[in-house]
Amino acid sequence: MDKTLISGNWACGEAAIRAGCRFYAGYPITPQNELTEYMAEHMRQAEGGTFIQAESEIAAVNMVLGASAAGARAMTSSSSPGISLKQEGISALAADELPAVVVNMMRGGPGLGNILPSQGDYFQATRGGGHGDYRTIVLAPSSVQELADLTMDAFDLADAYRNPVMILGDGMTGQMMEPVVFGKPRPRHYSEKYVLKGSGEGKSRFIRALILDALRMEEHNWKLVRKYTVIAQKEVRFETFRTGNAKLVIIAYGIAARIAKGAINRLRDSGYKVGLIRPITLWPFPAQIIRDTAERIGKFLVFEMSTGQMLEDVQLALEGRARVSFYGRPGGVVPTPAELAKAIVQEYQR
Amino acid sequence: MQIKTVFAGFGGQGVLMMGYSLAHAAMNEGLHVTYLPSYGAEVRGGTANCTVAVSDEEIASPVASQPDFIIAMNGPSLMAFQTRIAPGGAFFLNSSIIEGRPNRTDVSLFEIPAAGIASDLGSPRVQNVVMMGAYVKATRLVSADTYLKSLKSILGGRKKAAMEINRKAFAAGYDTID
Repeated sequence: MDKTLISGNWACGEAAIRAGCRFYAGYPITPQNELTEYMAEHMRQAEGGTFIQAESEIAAVNMVLGASAAGARAMTSSSSPGISLKQEGISALAADELPAVVVNMMRGGPGLGNILPSQGDYFQATRGGGHGDYRTIVLAPSSVQELADLTMDAFDLADAYRNPVMILGDGMTGQMMEPVVFGKPRPRHYSEKYVLKGSGEGKSRFIRALILDALRMEEHNWKLVRKYTVIAQKEVRFETFRTGNAKLVIIAYGIAARIAKGAINRLRDSGYKVGLIRPITLWPFPAQIIRDTAERIGKFLVFEMSTGQMLEDVQLALEGRARVSFYGRPGGVVPTPAELAKAIVQEYQR
Repeated sequence: MQIKTVFAGFGGQGVLMMGYSLAHAAMNEGLHVTYLPSYGAEVRGGTANCTVAVSDEEIASPVASQPDFIIAMNGPSLMAFQTRIAPGGAFFLNSSIIEGRPNRTDVSLFEIPAAGIASDLGSPRVQNVVMMGAYVKATRLVSADTYLKSLKSILGGRKKAAMEINRKAFAAGYDTID
């Protein structure tokens, strides 16, 4: 197996093309520009591939909606402020039940913020983000390898549930290079009956989200909920790390989880019994494993590069069963494992 | 073992290439490695830097708050990073163009006249590879053989002469270290 030393942004683009993505539209924003750059270069080499630098983020996501409706595996990407702009389109994709992959390499916010790694978009990503009663599947990679793997999975998940899937990375995941072994292309399983390609002799089809009749709109909402219930049952992913005899468990995702592992390894060496639960799907959230862990462990510490967003999902999962504390650095600050270890020890000894 | 190195210099000195080539060689030795470029609101002609972490186990953070090694290719880089180097670490200075010396006494110092050596070889552009020769010899993080193989694969299809001058540059830097 050949390893490639490659940045997260490029690896994401390469994995998307290998997964059969043949339509990409984007609009530049740091720190995800290299993904758009990669697609500009490589999408034209992929058979049937289309790359469009759109006139805006909103245009890009709506082009993806159109391409998806016409049967293409489609993707767009951006970073925090640009993802805010795309929410209208993501809501429409969910309403129309169209598959698409949306990549967010998060940066410091709110507002234009800065271009440094951050995890401040958790609420936006996991609560739908746009208007209306809907959900997106959210995948949070913590290495370039995992980013490549999850990008390929994202297209399959989007097709399987005909729903937008978000890859939630950050400036670090996008910018850093690591060795990657790319997965093999997989065949697409997506029924032609969902594709708009002209009715010909058959019955005409519609994809639309404007449903003026309240009862029919309500029925559409409940239909989506039934789908989300299946996703929540079947698609939860997480990793546990050194939780065996732990007295305190850290909960962290993405790049923060790596920093947590560094802190945990240090602390284990000095005799502290600490472990990690790392949600890989942020929605659906791995609540059950956290609840189960609380039966034998009384202390949890949520660590995020934000002021505390996933913290609320952990609290909801625990329903008061265990003590939960929080350590966070928002705004583009990337704490060191040593700094986090200090915060963990404080909580451990309390 | 986990070693973090910061490569810093002017844009155009091949600073990112130094880090990338080390990361590539470390990968080929089967080590864990991360490469993190500085990015963002940079200016033309300004400074560039990157951080490479090499380890025999999973790397927690690709950021180096306390780098073990600092390769300074110009004066401003030395000024910018000298307070951050880990105690017991080492500086590699491009001594042909850096006049100052570190104010730290708890670290080692390798003065490598990389720019001068490269000029003597007739190719100022290879000063980065001269420095890599010294770095590889002094740190033994990767073997010279692996490094040169990686360099060759990075240079790829470029003409043979390019690899030849780089090989000479590497050897000259390598020989500056006892």
